[in-house]
Amino acid sequence: MTDVDMPEKIEDIEIRLLLEALYSRYHYDFRNYAMASVKRRLRQAREQLGFETLSALQESLLHDPNMFPRLLGYLTVQVSEMFRDPAYFRAIREKVVPHLRTYPSLKVWVAGCSAGEELYSLVILFREEGLEQRTLFYATDINQEALAQAEAGIFGLDRLQLFTENHRKSGGKSSLSDYYSAAYGRASFDKTLRQNVLFSDHSLVTDAVFGEMHLISCRNVMIYFDRDLQNRALGLFKDSLARKGFLGLGAKESLRFSNQAAAFSDFVREEKIYQRLAA
Amino acid sequence: MSAIAPEAVVIGASAGALEALSVILPALPANFRLPLMIVVHMPPDRSSILAELFQAKCRIAVREAEDKEPVNGGTAYFAPPDYHLLVEANKHLSLSSDEPILYSRPSIDVLFESAADAYGPALIAIVLSGANQDGAAGLKVIADAGGTAIVQSSEGAFATAMPEAAKAMCPSAQVLSPQEIAAYLEKVSGRP
Ligand SMILES: C[S@@+](CC[C@H](N)C(=O)[O-])C[C@H]1O[C@@H](n2cnc3c(N)ncnc32)[C@H](O)[C@@H]1O
Repeated sequence: MTDVDMPEKIEDIEIRLLLEALYSRYHYDFRNYAMASVKRRLRQAREQLGFETLSALQESLLHDPNMFPRLLGYLTVQVSEMFRDPAYFRAIREKVVPHLRTYPSLKVWVAGCSAGEELYSLVILFREEGLEQRTLFYATDINQEALAQAEAGIFGLDRLQLFTENHRKSGGKSSLSDYYSAAYGRASFDKTLRQNVLFSDHSLVTDAVFGEMHLISCRNVMIYFDRDLQNRALGLFKDSLARKGFLGLGAKESLRFSNQAAAFSDFVREEKIYQRLAA
Repeated sequence: MSAIAPEAVVIGASAGALEALSVILPALPANFRLPLMIVVHMPPDRSSILAELFQAKCRIAVREAEDKEPVNGGTAYFAPPDYHLLVEANKHLSLSSDEPILYSRPSIDVLFESAADAYGPALIAIVLSGANQDGAAGLKVIADAGGTAIVQSSEGAFATAMPEAAKAMCPSAQVLSPQEIAAYLEKVSGRP
């Protein structure tokens, strides 16, 4: 079928213009995200924020600074769990940690950390393995609200049953309840877990390398990107990793279709853990 | 039947999915021309067994969908458990871990709505056996875009709520048995 001959649908024009406006006005660049999801979320935002059209939403976005964080909430849906995919964390523990032990100091980057679920999982794992004290963790995201939540370390108590189960399946050596106190329906994670963590606003789309990492964990972020953007992010990871550093991706993400694949080797294939080859 | 030659098929199924799909997919010939994208509701911790299961029984290629892979004709793509499956306008597949819709991830509606955007009238959508409402809204979007809507007939279906909800929301949908669906697909696939 010849897509080029088909006139662009009005909604598609509106989406293109809205993303352009978002970029020009706020420097958040969603133009190369996977569009099917973006479209779904923009439709949802339009409906729930009460706009007749996406053009009307765009006007509000340009003129009302309060609209921006609300829209960002739609465009960056925060879905996460502690120790999500326990087998991944087990592989980090059993296969990656033995290598990390050989370094006197370590840097770990959790890219797209959402409200901190993945970050706390890794910090707890590193504490259990006796590596926390020599490690500096960087937790980054483009959603400030999520970053603020991550920094607060508070989760709904109703989620802890799942987190606890996941932690146990991941080979956890302690009890998750050792790390939080529960009150008023909320679980508040111990602040000592954050003593070696730097939280910061960083975009895999528009920002640059900021340090040399031994482990980068970036899960379920790049599936929202198109292929070019995935390649950009993977290039960033390649340039950020120390020689023989590790890169962990989400269960359904891989380097298979990437032009950066040659810079990495499979380390734990089933868990999408890769190792940076010596340059 | 619409005048536009179909380019793709999307299928949604829930309780009773295996029985219905076991009639439809193995019946398709090796030279079947269209891609099929399929969402089956499964418990999230279930590892991906569907593709393997059908691979052995089918003459067309059967795989679990991978993120950002191009859609190929003659191939059935199953959504992986715990991810939504979407089709991009450039005919690539995308996965997403957005929140479940109507308690389901993968969601039939999410696949159907994205496919309606990608294929417009050149799409066939099928809602099979199931005990919930997923797929009804998506089927309507596809029919409104000029695509062909089909629901499984109640007779012999393991669970009728899902095809019935879809039919109620999308009255123009044809009602066919799995055998008739297989025959229909084979016939339209033969058209240039
Ligand atoms: C689905 S969540 C994944 C959370 C966690 N990593 C996990 O796997 O459970 C995706 C996260 O990526 C963030 N994100 C989206 N675009 C980003 C970008 N360009 N740079 C960094 N983070 C981004 C979102 O704000 C969101 O917190």
